[in-house]
Order: sequence, then C-alpha cells, then structure tokens
Amino acid sequence: MNANLALILTAAATIGCGVYLILERSLTQVLVGIVLMSNGVNILFLVASGPAGGAPIVGEGPVEEMADPLPQALVLTAIVITLAVTAFLLAMAHRSWQLNQHDDVQDDVEDAAIRRLAEADAASEGYDLSVEGADDPALEEEGA
Amino acid sequence: MNHLVALPVLLPLLGAGATLMLVRRPRVQRVVSMTVLVAVAATAAALLHQADHEGPQVVWIGAWPEPLGISLVADRLSALMLLVSAVVTLAVLAYSIGQGMTGDERERTPVSIYHPTFLVLVAGVSNAFLAGDLFNIFVSFEMLLFASYVLLTLGGTSARIRAGTIYVVVNLLSSSLFLISLATVYAATGSLNLAQLAQRIGDLPEPVSLLLQLLLLTTFAIKAAVFPLSFWLPDSYPTAPAPVTAVFAGLLTKVGVYAILRVQTLLFPDSPLTGLFLWAALLTMLIGILGAIAQSDIKRMLSFTLVSHIGYMIFGIGLASAAGISGAVFYVAHHITIQTALFLVVGLIERRGGSTAVLRLGGLARLAPLLAVLFFVPAMNLAGIPPMSGFLGKIGLLQAGLDDGTPLAYVLVAGGVVTSLLTLYAVVRTWALAFWRTPQQAHEMTVALREQDPEGSGGGPGGGGITHRGHIHVGVVTFAAHNPEGVRQAHDPDAQDRDLYQLLRDGELPARLPWSMKLPAMALIASSLALTVLAGPMFGYTDRTAADLLQRDPYISTVLGDDR
Repeated sequence: MNANLALILTAAATIGCGVYLILERSLTQVLVGIVLMSNGVNILFLVASGPAGGAPIVGEGPVEEMADPLPQALVLTAIVITLAVTAFLLAMAHRSWQLNQHDDVQDDVEDAAIRRLAEADAASEGYDLSVEGADDPALEEEGA
Repeated sequence: MNHLVALPVLLPLLGAGATLMLVRRPRVQRVVSMTVLVAVAATAAALLHQADHEGPQVVWIGAWPEPLGISLVADRLSALMLLVSAVVTLAVLAYSIGQGMTGDERERTPVSIYHPTFLVLVAGVSNAFLAGDLFNIFVSFEMLLFASYVLLTLGGTSARIRAGTIYVVVNLLSSSLFLISLATVYAATGSLNLAQLAQRIGDLPEPVSLLLQLLLLTTFAIKAAVFPLSFWLPDSYPTAPAPVTAVFAGLLTKVGVYAILRVQTLLFPDSPLTGLFLWAALLTMLIGILGAIAQSDIKRMLSFTLVSHIGYMIFGIGLASAAGISGAVFYVAHHITIQTALFLVVGLIERRGGSTAVLRLGGLARLAPLLAVLFFVPAMNLAGIPPMSGFLGKIGLLQAGLDDGTPLAYVLVAGGVVTSLLTLYAVVRTWALAFWRTPQQAHEMTVALREQDPEGSGGGPGGGGITHRGHIHVGVVTFAAHNPEGVRQAHDPDAQDRDLYQLLRDGELPARLPWSMKLPAMALIASSLALTVLAGPMFGYTDRTAADLLQRDPYISTVLGDDR
C-alpha cells in the first residue's frame, strides 16, 4: 500500500508530544497529552485507510475512486470515546483541585511508604546522611 | 443466526437505561437490575449448552452484508466465560444490595448511579467475551473501563481520586495502544473481523505479523496485569468499595486473559512465543506473590495474589498445547469465582472488624465463626489445598508443563509450586493474625510496636514502630515497617485510629452481619466448591474448548459461513 508520509510524520509528532505531556505531574497537562495522543492515533487510522478518494456515498462517484469508509467509522467511534474520557478526566482534575488545591498526580502508596521508610531508616539507624536526607526539599516537594 | 447471543449485551444495556430512569425508586431499581442479571445468567447457561452441543453460535448485528457487519460469536470458550461472569456479577450485585448499595454510610456515595454503572460494566464484559471482531473488543473494553472509572472513584474521596487517577491514565494509555494496533492490523490486512483475520494473517510476511502480535499482546497484557505491566493494579483496586473491588478483581483482568487466549489461538497459531510467555508467567507469579507476603492489609494482599495467579493462566496459554489451554481455561473459571468470593468476604471482615489491616484485627474466629469459615475455605482453595478446585486447576497446569518437557517448562512447574506454597503462607499468616489470636493480643502487639519506636510518636502515624532497617520484629513475626499505620493511613485518611480491641471495648461494631451480605458470599463459595465436585465434567468441557481453539475451524467456518 502507499502511505502518506506527511500524515505519518504528523501522527508521530502528535503522539510524541502527547507522551511527553502524559509524563508530567499535573493532571491538566496529562489531559492535554491524552487528547494530543488520541488525535495522533486517529491520524494513524487515516494512514491505514490508504490513499485519499471521493466521499464514500453510493451515487456520488465511481466506487473504485471512493475512500475506504471503515477507518472513518472507526475514527468517529474513537473520537466519541475520547470526548467522554476528556470530560471524565476534567471532572477528576476538578475534584482533585477541590480536595487538595492542586491537581498533581500523587505518589502511589508503596512509593510514599518507601520514602517514609527511607527517611525513618536514616534517622533511626544512625545514617550520617540523615540530616541532609530528612531536610531534602526535593522529597518534601514531591510528597503526596 | 441465533438471536440469543445478543441478549447478554442487550439486556444489561437496556437495564442500565431503565435503572437510570428509576433513580428515585431505589426498590424498583434493585428489582430491575437483579432480574436483568438473572436473565443474563440464564441466557449464558442456554448458550453454553448450545455451544457445547451444536457448535459456535453467531449473530450479525444490524443486518449488514455478512463479513462486513458486527458479529457476536458464542463458542465454548465465550459461553463458559459468559456463564461464570454472569454468576459472579449476580452474587456481587446481591451482596452490594445487602450492604446498602456501596456500603460505607459515612462516605455518602451517590448510590443511585451504582446500578446503571454496574449494568454497563456487565454489558461491557459480556460484549468483550462475545465480540467477533477486534474493534468490537476495543469498544467493549471502553464500555467496561468507563463503568469501572465511575465505580472506582465512587464518592470522589481523596484516596479514591488518587487511585483513580493512576487507573484511568494507565488504561487510557493501553486504549491508545490498542487503537494503534487496530490501525496497523487494518492497514496490513484490510479487515478487523477475527475469523477473516485468522485467514489473512498467515499470508503476511513474518516480521509484520510478529509486530501485530506483539502490539496486541502488550495491550492485553496491560489489561490482564501480566508482570512488567502489572504495577497499576495493586495500587488502584483496594481503595474501591468491597463489592466493586470484588467484581474488578474477578472479571476485568480475566477479560484481558481471555483476549490474549483468543488472539493467540485464533490469529497467531503458528507463533506461540512460548519462551516469552513462560518467562512473563514465571515473573508474574513470583513477583506478585512476594508482593503479597509483604502486605499487611488484607485487600492489598489479595490484590497481589490476584496478579500472581494471572501467571498460572499465562503459563497455560504459553504452552500452547491442548492440555495447557484446557488447564488455563479451567483456572480462569476457578479464579474468577474464588477471587471474587475472597474480596466479598474481606468486605464482611471490614464490616465486622472495622478494618482490613491485619494488625488491627484479631480473634475473628471466636467473634464470628461463620465468617472465619467463609474466609478459610476460599483462602485454602486459592492456595491450592487438595481436593479443591484450586488444587485441580494447578495440577492440570503443572501436568501440562511436565508434558511439555522443555527445561523452561520444568522451571515454570517449580515456580508454580513455589507460588502455591507462598500463597498458602500469605493467607495462613492473615488467618493467624486476623482470626486466631485474641483481640487483646492484637492490641498489645500494636502497643508494643509503638513503644519499640525509638523516636516515640514523633514521626506521626507513618513513622510508628520502625526498629530495624525498616522491619519490625515481634516474637517470630516480622513486618515491613510501614505496615502498622502507614498504608492504612495513606489509603484511607478517614480510617478510624482504633483497633478491633478498642472498638469492641467501646462497643461500636455491629453485633452481626446481615444475611443479605453473607448469603451471596456463601453462594459464590458454594459455586467454587461445585467446581471441585464437577471438576470431571468441567475438565471434559475445557478439553473440548481447547481442542476447538487449537483447531480454529469450527469458529472460522461458522462465522464466515463456509459450510452453509
């Protein structure tokens, strides 16, 4: 099949930006990342549908010149699902802001526990690093 | 053409609409959703009978020309999964009604949306089992995931929003990956219908089909929580209400396992990737169970055993022999019932004992003897004590591994036995601490733990009781240091700070559990025991299923209608 290079590059760039944003801590940025990424994936479906053609409506033109309608239907479904997901994530970000005054993704329980362990261990076992370790601003900043 | 096949999807969806309209009539709402689930279970039983005696059943939705439309297929595998999931969801719904919808009165959850969401979840799970094309599988994953997002964050408490964020983002990533793999599959073959793909993928160049296979497997492995992709699970499941965790643990990961099994046997029969599967299975089993041992909260412990036991099923699928697949299918059926039953019982423990942290519990065996039996039986079944179904399932898989005879398969057999023993250790430890000792001993131990903390209580609740390199030693029992308070606190900031002894002293616990909660849990445990009694016919059925799956022909020819 002949693939459209411009579409592939667009999809790659969009998905790349999306992944970068998803790795951020703020849920709003994650949300933008997810929207970007799903748009990139939708463009990928256009690549999969082959060369561009006429509107796939019977009577509009010869059947051989029509674009493949199935990927378009799939993209439509994917867009609807992304819309719902975006709404839900926005609601979660809002709720998180209501509860915590920020919408950062918090550490999971094990992470939090391990950090507590590290701090407590340093204090109780006489690690010489304890003073610096306990006051490390980076640890505080990332705290749940 | 069998219109019965569409019912397990249609009925819950219609029921969801009806219950949404009946928001102000909770009693009618309950009747509607129970009726729907009973009907789904009956349909599933009928489909099981037909699929076993008459071959796969197909229905084409929307009257499109046949290979183009949307097909729902119920073969032996789908029908069995459908029946087990219907029974389990029915029990869970009955339990949650007994619990007063979603429990926890103090959280004031919006109970009116519980029933519609639960029914959408059931529709999604049924659709995933029946779907005859990849895109339909994607849509059903989205259906059940969306319902699960809502159920997981029910009430919107801080702990649930935290767990929900991780769960939602991970699943969105895997959905995007799924879409990417769908686009690639379509670009390569020009179809998404499973039966057509089964014919076309064989013609592709090997690197292309390997790429498609790995993309799909990665997607499904995230859903199924296979080792390197499993870390989201133990963190997100335990915060939800007990019945929700139960149905997630029972069904959602198994949908992923089902998808892996279907794709492996139907689309890529020539590329079993046995080495990859077996390593993934081994690591899933061992790392999962080691995680379970380190937990002191029963819900978290069970979430880790859930991950661990997914490894057994992956093991069976990876062997790609009739015996292996048969064992895996049996194990899926066994594990859905048993894991759901255990989480329901944990919900009972939480209600009776006020907590699920083992350090706060004690003496439940005397306090609530029936509850003790209800925990003990499925716990032993999970660990695989003969003669229960867990033992039979494991024996089936280990036998298949020995038949395979490669060194790696022997390693897996050893790994399976070790995992089984460690599971036994994990559940027996929970049993000894939560059920056997007296509440007073439990209280004294907690106090002792606090006093051993060299820093006193200065470190706040999270720092309590750390003595040596992050471990606490009391007698012969060792705990990871964060256990007494930390995990519980981080999970559920509203958790009461008193242990069972203090709660009993203050007389703040319900004296007995409602039968409406105990009966569904008992029914599920009974069905897991029935799986033991009926293991002979059941293995006969799974053997036929495995033969079907390996042969591929009944499925393809029924869907594409070659033989008519």
